[in-house]
Amino acid sequence: MKGNGEVPRIGVYVCDCGTNIAGKVRVPEVVEYAKNLPGVVVAREYKYMCSDPGQDLIKRDIQEYGLNRIVVASCSPLLHEHTFRKATAEGGLNPYLVHHVNIREDVSWVHDDEEEATRKAKAIVHGAVLRVAWQKPLEPQSVPVRESALVVGGGIAGITAALTLAEAGKHVYLVEREPTIGGHMAKFDKTFPTLDCAACILTPKMTAVKDHPNITLLTYSEVEEVDGYVGNFKVKVRKKPRYVHEDRCVGCLECIEACVFKEPRFPNEFDLGLSKRKPVYIPFPQAVPPVVTIDPETCLYLRLGKCKKTCVEACGDRNAIDFDMQPETLELEVGTIILATGFKTFDPHRTPKYGYGKYPEVYTSLEIERLVNSSGPTGGEVVMRNGQKPKRVGIIHCVGSRDKNTNPWCSKVCCMYSLKLAHLIHERSGAEVYNFYIDMRTPGKGYEEFYNRLAKEGVHLIRGRVAEVTDAPLHPEEEGKLIIRVEDTNIGVVRRIPVDMVVLAVGLEPQPDAEDVRRLFNISCSNEGWFLERHPKLAPVETFTDGVFVAGACQGPKDIPETVAQAQAAAANALALMDKGSVLIEPNVAQVDEELCSGCHICIGLCPYGAISFNEEKKVAEVNEALCKGCGTCTAACPSGALSQNLFSDHEVFSEIMGVLL
Amino acid sequence: MEIQRTIKYEAELDRQFAYEIAQSPGAETLFECIQCGACSAACPVSIYMDLTPRRIIAMTREGFKHEVLSSLTIWLCSSCYACTVECPVGIKVTDVMYALKQRAIKEGYGPRKVLTRLLAESFFQTVKEDGRATERKVMMRLYRRAGLGAMLKMAPLGFKLWRTGRLSAFGTERIPNPGEVQALLECLEEQTGGEKS
Amino acid sequence: MSGYAYYPGCSLLGTGKSYDESTRAVFEALGVPFQELEAWNCCGATAYSSIDECTAFALAARNLALAHRRGDPIVAPCPNCYLVLTKTQRYLQQYPDMRQRIEQTLERLGLQLGNEIPVRHPLQVLQETPGLEEIQKRIQKPLKGLRVVPYYGCLLARPFPIVEDPWNTTILEDFIEVTGAEVVPYAYRTRCCGGALTGVIREAGVRMVHILLREALRQGAQVIVTTCPLCQFNLEAFQQEALGNNGIQERIPVLYFTQLLGLALGLPPEKLGLHRHLIPFQPRHAILQEAVS
Repeated sequence: MKGNGEVPRIGVYVCDCGTNIAGKVRVPEVVEYAKNLPGVVVAREYKYMCSDPGQDLIKRDIQEYGLNRIVVASCSPLLHEHTFRKATAEGGLNPYLVHHVNIREDVSWVHDDEEEATRKAKAIVHGAVLRVAWQKPLEPQSVPVRESALVVGGGIAGITAALTLAEAGKHVYLVEREPTIGGHMAKFDKTFPTLDCAACILTPKMTAVKDHPNITLLTYSEVEEVDGYVGNFKVKVRKKPRYVHEDRCVGCLECIEACVFKEPRFPNEFDLGLSKRKPVYIPFPQAVPPVVTIDPETCLYLRLGKCKKTCVEACGDRNAIDFDMQPETLELEVGTIILATGFKTFDPHRTPKYGYGKYPEVYTSLEIERLVNSSGPTGGEVVMRNGQKPKRVGIIHCVGSRDKNTNPWCSKVCCMYSLKLAHLIHERSGAEVYNFYIDMRTPGKGYEEFYNRLAKEGVHLIRGRVAEVTDAPLHPEEEGKLIIRVEDTNIGVVRRIPVDMVVLAVGLEPQPDAEDVRRLFNISCSNEGWFLERHPKLAPVETFTDGVFVAGACQGPKDIPETVAQAQAAAANALALMDKGSVLIEPNVAQVDEELCSGCHICIGLCPYGAISFNEEKKVAEVNEALCKGCGTCTAACPSGALSQNLFSDHEVFSEIMGVLL
Repeated sequence: MEIQRTIKYEAELDRQFAYEIAQSPGAETLFECIQCGACSAACPVSIYMDLTPRRIIAMTREGFKHEVLSSLTIWLCSSCYACTVECPVGIKVTDVMYALKQRAIKEGYGPRKVLTRLLAESFFQTVKEDGRATERKVMMRLYRRAGLGAMLKMAPLGFKLWRTGRLSAFGTERIPNPGEVQALLECLEEQTGGEKS
Repeated sequence: MSGYAYYPGCSLLGTGKSYDESTRAVFEALGVPFQELEAWNCCGATAYSSIDECTAFALAARNLALAHRRGDPIVAPCPNCYLVLTKTQRYLQQYPDMRQRIEQTLERLGLQLGNEIPVRHPLQVLQETPGLEEIQKRIQKPLKGLRVVPYYGCLLARPFPIVEDPWNTTILEDFIEVTGAEVVPYAYRTRCCGGALTGVIREAGVRMVHILLREALRQGAQVIVTTCPLCQFNLEAFQQEALGNNGIQERIPVLYFTQLLGLALGLPPEKLGLHRHLIPFQPRHAILQEAVS
């Protein structure tokens, strides 16, 4: 048998994986087959190869039989390649002399015919045996991990992660797109189920972020470019110009008072358009950083170049306003990254049957949050656009959720926040409140009790999905009202309920630029557009890219306690990496045979990671093994065959193909 | 006062019925119904139904065959499709109603006072013969079976329509080769190997 | 293309006669090339689907095959015909077993099903040929001041809508405006008229008609314009029961949109079948009088 010099002594281990493999593949037959393959000294079947006794088999056999190559045929290498490499190493053999092939996801889980499945498994094992003879011992490279982190997104998730990391003594860059941190939570009035004031629990954390010596807060900024690899990321951050110096502004707000616009005229984004602001503004009084921002789209001076600039005058000696400010690009070097970019709410213009945008008194839940908030547009009074207080309010659940026509998932938090809003609306205005739901989902700690409380308060809980909100009356009591037609499924009758105000419990969606952001950081998104975790049960905050973690609603709809837990988990993961101080890089990197390299430069242009450079002295290409990700592009492209890749040499690849086909 | 005991034993249900209905086109996601009630809320005639569309789906998939096929609901459906566009799991409720109508007719359900079934059968017969439906012919067939009372009730309107030339009193709309339609229907019967009413 | 394959459907031969007359008149006046689909058969409407769906699709498929043989797209003024023909095409694409059975049956008659035969409603056709701008130029007697309710009925809005957004419809409203008339805001533009219920379950059908008429009157409409022969029939023929029995004395004429358009184009009323209405169209406005007479 061909090999790379040594006489191969191969051990083959075929796993039953309980019935996962053995249920379809005749494992004993595969083992018998393997025994007769060239170079195979021992071949075994075992129920669970990844278990301790399974791994021990490998370790003992290496010693007893003097094995120098191992083949494991079981589940996906993504799951257990490292397990078997570790076991091999503990048995005294170089861990890269193992070849782990997949006869579960690739065979037993996708084929129905036992005969065919067994034949395929044998072919795969044959390929593996021929290949492993060509494998060489390798050593993984160790690279240092910087002790600094980047947190993208300044909502409760980002704030929590940043504080946790900062407290552990690491330096954190917190980048936030809006002029202030706080995210969606800053917009809420009270949080369920305790009805804690959102601002009261959030603002101390926001201030802590501002004051923490280990945190560099970069608001009104966005990440533009990410380069590098785990432990050594190079990130370019673009700071948009506020036209106000953050270190000089004291937040006195006199410039706003003095602005030439006597009355605020432009929709206030923080209040979702329910109130107005001037071109110079602060999103809300407790914003962090507590400085104003000037909006270049509405400021007269920035748009037209003509203004008395009364704001500058009002600022006086502090001289904080600077209309010549330019965008700044910062280059950061960090070891780990945590993405906490949050969610967006469903736009109910997509469900015109509820009349959003058509009838003025149809609101989204987020708009109501602002209404009932004491620092909101109406000072916390529940007052409609027509200036009146509603006597009856209908809250419609599942708008943009649980629906194949919009978003199929359940957004998890809407039942709870709808009950919360029912409570707040009833408390502030005395209105009669109706909640229209499909199922009442209140699973968290204290959530069922919250539901009981609301029921006790006399909220109408009507189980039925609303088909339409209309203003065409059929009954005298419906004149001038918005009518909700619904089947009360609990009682079993169709009802028409006239209300003054309709609240749409809009669901959660991924941010509109989630796809762009994920490409920036080289991670994946799920089918629905949420950032993809490494494993939904066992690795919810890790991604498939080492060193990049996710936390909070950007990974999927969740409430605040879960968000905070994930943020702390992500910080813990990041800390583990940073405290370990170094990371082992997979040795499947490209190598240049200097004798064969003609210096044509083709590989240098092709490398997606910029890992190859040209050595001017030797006139040959050079691979930076730390940057190389082993993608194989250069190896395939090299016209002189000077490039080869560890673990994927021509011999290894072709012998495996031969083994599978013959 | 007479009281009634209502309980349903599993032996009285027909689970096979549920699977058969779920096979009909448009009913593929019948079992995924989340019982939200949007279909009933959208249906303009659900207020007249003994079993709203949502309940029909629930009862169909549990096998309450007799109750479902005896209901007034399936004959009240005007095929407006309001339910179908609302359904969040993609059940084409209108098509389910058609499937239930078909089954009810096949098994002899259909209350006499409700003329929907008679109309469908009269229409079917007329088109089978002529290839087109002359309204007068369909109506006469219908009222012959529905009874004199129903016919007399419609007479004034019928007269007005005749006067304005909207009802051909004697002429019959027929396609040039009605045999083709009959051949089509018979050939299809052969193919499916079933007796169509 | 020799022109659209005109598919009147059974209703247009009877109660919907004026729809047939006015559509043909308008098509001729505006230069839309069309010719009746020879030997067309009934599409089956809702009745055939109540008996057996494969039979229903086969019946409708014969018409699709005839159009395919001619090589022309179909125009069907009756929305039920439009629905049945469109649904048949879609479902036969989705359910290959049924398609095979029907194709085999049609072959015995010497017919082939073909692939995508466009099925259109006159609203769509006129929007393309000659288009609203061109129609605007040809308006001779603008119906100024006439308050018109645009009533689509169900089947143009769902399940295969001819409009982009069934909740914010525009096409019929555009046609009404092109005639110079005023569009009345109407919440029930796509609410069901009851369909066959007025014939089989009277009380339910009449109630549906009542709801539609009442709202139209509440909004101050002078005429309701429809796109469907059954809607027109229901809304017109049962006004005594729907309104009179509820103490409402007013009556409101119900026209086809092609009749309204025809009047504005200056076509003679008899050609548009206006004499066939049970509730005569007699607007009070002087200019409109001229249009009608």
